Amino acid sequence: MLADKDRIFTNLYGLQSFSLKEAKKRGDWDNTKAIIKKGKAWIIEEMKKSGLRGRGGAGFPTGMKWSFMPDPEKTQKPHYLVVNADESEPGTCKDREILRHDPHKLLEGCLIAGFAMGAHAAYIYIRGEFFNEGSNVVKAIKEAYEAGLLGKNAAGTGWDFDIYLHRGAGAYICGEETALIESLEGNKGQPRNKPPFPAMAGLYSCPTTVNNVETIATAPTILRRGGEWFASIGRDEKNTGTKLFCISGHVNAPCNVEEAMGIPLKELIEKHAGGVRGGWDNVKAIIPGGSSTPLLPKDVCDKVVMDFDSLRAEGSGLGTAGVIVMDQSTDVVYAIARLSYFYMHESCGQCTPCREGTGWMWRMMMRMVEGNATIEEIDMLLDISKQIEGHTICAHGDASAWPIQGLMRHFRPEVEERIHAYRKLAHREKPMVAVSATAAE
Amino acid sequence: MKPHVLNAEHQPESFEFTKANKEEIKDILSRYPAGKQKSAVMPLLDLVQKQVAEEGAQANPPYGGWIPRAAMDVIADIIGEPPMKVYEVATFYTMYKLAPLGKFNIQVCGTTPCWLRGSKDIQGACEKHLGIKTGESTKDGMFSLEEVECLGACVNAPMIQVNKDDYFEDLTPERMVEILDMLKAGKRDEIPVGSQIGRKNSMAITGATTLKTTANDTKPAKKPVAKKTPAKKGKVKK
Repeated sequence: MLADKDRIFTNLYGLQSFSLKEAKKRGDWDNTKAIIKKGKAWIIEEMKKSGLRGRGGAGFPTGMKWSFMPDPEKTQKPHYLVVNADESEPGTCKDREILRHDPHKLLEGCLIAGFAMGAHAAYIYIRGEFFNEGSNVVKAIKEAYEAGLLGKNAAGTGWDFDIYLHRGAGAYICGEETALIESLEGNKGQPRNKPPFPAMAGLYSCPTTVNNVETIATAPTILRRGGEWFASIGRDEKNTGTKLFCISGHVNAPCNVEEAMGIPLKELIEKHAGGVRGGWDNVKAIIPGGSSTPLLPKDVCDKVVMDFDSLRAEGSGLGTAGVIVMDQSTDVVYAIARLSYFYMHESCGQCTPCREGTGWMWRMMMRMVEGNATIEEIDMLLDISKQIEGHTICAHGDASAWPIQGLMRHFRPEVEERIHAYRKLAHREKPMVAVSATAAE
Repeated sequence: MKPHVLNAEHQPESFEFTKANKEEIKDILSRYPAGKQKSAVMPLLDLVQKQVAEEGAQANPPYGGWIPRAAMDVIADIIGEPPMKVYEVATFYTMYKLAPLGKFNIQVCGTTPCWLRGSKDIQGACEKHLGIKTGESTKDGMFSLEEVECLGACVNAPMIQVNKDDYFEDLTPERMVEILDMLKAGKRDEIPVGSQIGRKNSMAITGATTLKTTANDTKPAKKPVAKKTPAKKGKVKK
């Protein structure tokens, strides 16, 4: 188990105040100047050495992402850092803890990351529902300005840096980086075509980097303790460091916890979340990384470890590390159908496959919940999911397809059984179906 | 995608920001670079909804915050864009309400992690107690009931959000009914924000499994800190 001294988010549960005074006691803003004085190249090199991969779901190496920003002298445009605090992935509630209990870690990270990419301004885009969390961030920003840690010559580094908070208004899609930029510019949150990538033309057509809250908030500690320290935690050199896990659903004690990358799923649940309701053998399925990642059946859960590449090898993903546990009492078909409803509700409506397809998939899924379908329709549903996946501007289409594909990969017999059961009983209430059922016999 | 329709029935003729809010608008506009004041459309819509909610709380029967079309036109003038650009934004996001609703808008999270922990029972308790269906408002103007998508408090499921600020987490149907009664009796400030079972934020109910050293350090200060941090009541300006 990860030792407390190696934990980054020491105020995860809000036992202490989020104020600057307390944050400084926890080590935030400790000689930030010295880090900045080492220069851009050193910061980016150290981030690369740490092996930190973006914590927002996609897992792109952070150091590399920062290095994509062009030279400000050549572009002659302002550069922007945008922090993605639009956390809305079902099963995920980790950024919320950072925003409300450790906002100074985020602000310090913004200054360092902003400096490394030549940005003088950062926007934190927080989801509108996080009203109290946003208020804490606003207070922290105010404190930091008053203490000279932000603004002109921020923290005595000679670098001018401003941070603004922008509140969203309830759209999951704004967690997609280009939709977020559109929303920040005052438009509907509909994703843009890429290229151009935000590093070339992002916010106000200027070079922009969008990073997740956890990614940015982790950076100061990494730079203080060294990339090698971070890289020494975790399973291998591609899955390093610590990670916030959110364990929800049918466990005895749902909680958030910071753990080492590569912790076995079973250990994570049993050690921190009080085990599965009714014991480990009562597991039916677990969604390992937020709603977009395909679920895993129990035999996989028994041995899988929680990191990017191990979960990918099992046909799923680490995503945002929102672990959703379902026990034997769960109607797993409905659980996924409810996610299909979520994706239909949150589709921005820009690309036809996603706008129409998410609705089709939800309606078919709801019939599968009852069993009111034919066996062939399972393949039809999978076919639709394949026609959405990869055929849309952003990954929302893919994300809506994966949970269904995961369900059919592991629980197809259960869906088929339901269809058979429904058709056996159908003649009692619905004569129309009975005709075809008798014909089939 | 959720289609929004401008509700013609209730549209007032005109809208004006209060004096205090006009000052706030200056602050909002200052956050964005010169010439990019279009970015302010979302904070401005939010401000309208807040102002209308304040007016609605005093009215009889009361109503909750919403955005009249006249207000959108005012915003279009402020940011120097055609009104259509403001309507586009207002209809896209689910938190902007385009018709009056109850003073307390009860938003029950119904996505899978909350559903697994019994959100349907919470929703059912609301429907039964208020005598309305999801999507409706009570006749006295006090309550509206909505099912919303993931609110990002999954380890504290099931949970609701009231209006656009406070989360009430770790609910049971019985506690839900108590909360409704307290809201109706004007005792909102007496309901602790966050967990309703005395749990510390997202810590396991059985106690911390990590960070035990810090947890012990702060034991004496535990109670006041616990109440204070999440319990801020909308007084803070952006």
